Amino acid sequence: MQNQATLVPDAKFLKQMTDEIKMNVNVCYQCRKCSAGCPMSYAMDYTPAQLIHAIRLGLKDLVMNSKTMWMCSSCQTCTTRCPQEVEIAKVMDTIKIMAVNEGIKPPVSRVHNFNKAALSNIKWFSRMYELGMIGELKLRNFPLDLFKDMGLGIKMFKKGKMAILPNLRFWPWPWTIARTYNIFARVKRKEKQSKSQKD
Amino acid sequence: MAKKYAYYPGCSLHSTGAEYDASFKKVARTLDIDLQEVPGWICCGTSPAHSASHLLSIALPVKNLTLVERINCEEVVVPCAACYSRFKFAANEMANDPKLAEDVKEVIGSSFQNKIKIVHPLEILASMAPAMIKQKAKTPPKALKVVCYYGCLLTRPGKVMKFDEVEYPMTMDNVLKNSGFEVLDWSYKTDCCGASFALSETDAVLTLTQKILKNAQEVGANAIAVACPLCHANLDTRQTEINAKYNTNYNIPIYYFTQLMGLSFGYNQKELGIQKHITPATVQV
Repeated sequence: MQNQATLVPDAKFLKQMTDEIKMNVNVCYQCRKCSAGCPMSYAMDYTPAQLIHAIRLGLKDLVMNSKTMWMCSSCQTCTTRCPQEVEIAKVMDTIKIMAVNEGIKPPVSRVHNFNKAALSNIKWFSRMYELGMIGELKLRNFPLDLFKDMGLGIKMFKKGKMAILPNLRFWPWPWTIARTYNIFARVKRKEKQSKSQKD
Repeated sequence: MAKKYAYYPGCSLHSTGAEYDASFKKVARTLDIDLQEVPGWICCGTSPAHSASHLLSIALPVKNLTLVERINCEEVVVPCAACYSRFKFAANEMANDPKLAEDVKEVIGSSFQNKIKIVHPLEILASMAPAMIKQKAKTPPKALKVVCYYGCLLTRPGKVMKFDEVEYPMTMDNVLKNSGFEVLDWSYKTDCCGASFALSETDAVLTLTQKILKNAQEVGANAIAVACPLCHANLDTRQTEINAKYNTNYNIPIYYFTQLMGLSFGYNQKELGIQKHITPATVQV
């Protein structure tokens, strides 16, 4: 689908952003240190500095539909180097969360699919069950990437780096798993609650 | 007397990074570090959690820290750099954001003192007297010229991690020097390997790791030491693909720093899991 970004400012957007990240992005003076050091900027449509600027201008559509935050590897170089102490990596996370909550289809679907597959895996197994996660990822990406890394996967099996069954070598695992599942459920409830409070 | 630490291996050290777990335990035994695995530990949530829910990304590490509190350990050692980073972020946010702290406690359903010290194996080893390590380092493989790769999350952001100098850390270099290795200077110590894009945007991983391998080769290294199972996976497993894409011929073995120390302490390669690597890493002794 074409990127439908428009240049219509949204007055509420900056306020909404500031509330979520609990920090003032207006202190950014566009030195672009974040973007110069960003290892992933080559794959982004807007550099981190441009995205921060767009947030300040209230360009909600542009920001929310951007590839930038989805191509962020969370390496924290930007946050570390920012002379104004803007936590850019955290801003990227926040935009991802906001975009998903508003039902915007992520332009880099593989990354979003990986996050979803990994989280549902942790929710159901408490500890990462790689094979299950990869299985779900393949289903979510279907028909893309179906045979990708197959050879590597087999090599890793042979070397004992990947298990066929989930990691349940601890006791009492049914209790631990139920407890983890509960944390996920309560987080969801809590977030729903605070969202309805805001509305 | 041996100092006691709670040990949080994390998911990777039980699967793709099993050799990190094995070799760290060997090194700890030699240096008289007592490790007690946290009973019932769960995944720290890693990148997918902080990309999807701020509350969840703090709640999962904090749940693990409450388990550490329960076994009466003051310090927890976290070898995986990604887990280590999430733990430190969580402890930091719990201390600085009272509203979030309340929510987290409600979600995990237990109280939390936030007094546990979160340490990386490198910090323990660096705090030991160098003579103690030197004295055990009997058989370092002389042929290896090592560059130390710290990756992103051990040092960054400095304000949260407080690990070492942010852009040019030396902790691992010093520990390996004390273990008898020749360690080289290079420029890619803290550059990103592509991290969690391993399975989603693999092309990005190839682009970034290629640069790391290139610089390692240029300075004359024939081994890279890492302290993170994600860095290890990205550097170790993708060399064939990089060679095909960039028309290069990298074949650089990637070791966990604990494996190198184990070699130097006289453990055999099988015990340290060196045969498990995808890029052949067996050392000629």
